[in-house]
Amino acid sequence: MTAILAAVAPFRGRYMASLGLVWLICAALIAIFAPWFSHFDPLQLDPVSRLIEPNGIHWFGTDHFGRDTYSRCVYGARMAFVIGAGAVVISLIVGGSIGLLSGYFSWLGHGLMRFVDVLMAFPALLLALFLMSLFERSVGNTILVIGLVYSATTARILFGMTLKLKSEVYIDAAICAGANHLSILLRHMLPNLISPLLVQASFIFAFAQLQAAALDFLGLGLPPEIPSWGNMLSESRIYITRAPWLLIFPGSLIIVSVFSLNLVGDLMRDRIDPRFRNDFSGV
Amino acid sequence: MPLLEVENLSIALSTDKRLIPVVHGISFGIEARQALGIAGESGCGKSLTCLGIMGLTEDSPIRITGGTIRFAGRDITRLSGRKRRELMGNRMAMIFQEPMNSLNPVYRVGYQITEAIVQHQSLSMREARKLAVELLADVGIPNPEERQHDYPHQLSGGLRQRVMIAIALSCEPDLLIADEPTTALDVTVQAQILDLIAQLQERRGMSLLLISHDLGVIARTCAHVAVMYCGRIVEYSSANDLFAAPRHPYSVGLMNSMPDPDRDLERLAAIAGNVPSLQDGIPTGCAFVPRCPQSAEKCSQPFVESDFQKTVLCHFPHEATQ
Repeated sequence: MTAILAAVAPFRGRYMASLGLVWLICAALIAIFAPWFSHFDPLQLDPVSRLIEPNGIHWFGTDHFGRDTYSRCVYGARMAFVIGAGAVVISLIVGGSIGLLSGYFSWLGHGLMRFVDVLMAFPALLLALFLMSLFERSVGNTILVIGLVYSATTARILFGMTLKLKSEVYIDAAICAGANHLSILLRHMLPNLISPLLVQASFIFAFAQLQAAALDFLGLGLPPEIPSWGNMLSESRIYITRAPWLLIFPGSLIIVSVFSLNLVGDLMRDRIDPRFRNDFSGV
Repeated sequence: MPLLEVENLSIALSTDKRLIPVVHGISFGIEARQALGIAGESGCGKSLTCLGIMGLTEDSPIRITGGTIRFAGRDITRLSGRKRRELMGNRMAMIFQEPMNSLNPVYRVGYQITEAIVQHQSLSMREARKLAVELLADVGIPNPEERQHDYPHQLSGGLRQRVMIAIALSCEPDLLIADEPTTALDVTVQAQILDLIAQLQERRGMSLLLISHDLGVIARTCAHVAVMYCGRIVEYSSANDLFAAPRHPYSVGLMNSMPDPDRDLERLAAIAGNVPSLQDGIPTGCAFVPRCPQSAEKCSQPFVESDFQKTVLCHFPHEATQ
């Protein structure tokens, strides 16, 4: 109980962020237990009941194939979380190691960080589109591409923080105590970088969902048969006048989720270890 | 054979364009159980010398451009990274200038000592932890059992420096290098820490290399003193001799500028002029000429080899007391 109280303590007085957190927890639960929350198969076609308005049976209406929009939204939440989490993991591992190693070994940094600079010169979506056009459309590839795109920003942040850490006396002291490179990187530096990494993760999670929706909408993300909020938007845009509910529900879900993630991320950024507070002003 | 023998060591700082020499062929030795102090003002190269000895030159602009550093007979400037790491922490340890930043803020202090112990000795975590508490008690930290669970920010500067000393001592080094260990502390704590270092050095039979700009600090702890000026050792003698009768004009100046409660002076005596800029390189002759009260024509000429053999690097040294 006390652990829960301690975890919730930062949210005191931050009503918007609290609402955001509540929404995210609900959405996560729904995503995990999707089959229990949906009473229709999201893929099941029903040509008879096409484009039905929201009603007691089909809460969010049906689409042009007669699929239940509510069920598709529920399964779409699952996709959103899978892609967000996957992209976070990839970008933290890839970008994190690039940034950490480049900051620590300056000879490596000169090369690798210039490459990262080149990547950052491209708008994220453009880069993602370019990479997706090289790969097949699949869940795994979408996660990989979005993760790689956000690796650049993660690398950049970690690079700066590592440079700063490297000049700390306690790192010199660790070298003096005979610590090798691996132990300095993993045991002396990384624990000091956990809090900024957490904040970065929360923002990547949000942006990855947006990015995935954008890719889906442009027809280069997940395969069309997979229910995702972006795919739903993409397919229903021609019915905007006849069946606006097809756009409104997945659209608002994207907005609310990304907004909630940002609120929680902001709160984490404010609450993070005060030593790092200034370092984030420009991020 | 001295435990640490520095011979003709030259250190330069590399910039984008060129190397700027900062330490110019210094030689000194420390016998086992002996304490040597290196005195000199900011920028004379004393800290760089000790970074060079500890090998903290990787990935930094510090370059060792000549000479040898022999530790227990082996030239450590030529050791591989792994061999060198085995030596560091195990047989040589260092205490830094700023106790505020020299502990990792995310680990408890007890853990940081334990870690250093486990790294070099084949002890279990449990035994190491016990040893860590003993060390904390040894360096005079009250309630070591409880204190070991504190994070560095919960400790005062003096306590943190004590923890640093405990870490440095954890593997019973033969040589302890202390780079201005008391600069960041206030005077009363300073005296305590110096006494602690001197006491531990005595008790554990370590050699000590103490770097300081404060002659008082060195007088308190060291039997021998090397006075550095502009990258050279200008005077090398026993502490007693130096304080009784400094021979190099720079040492005389340093001595005179020490505040003395018995002398009734309006202003603190200072050595006229400024330290010459390193940008122009170290002069081949005496670097102290522009500030020296007794410089003669001969002083501007380059030193010859035999000058460096003497214990006082001056053409007109003051008389030594017999």
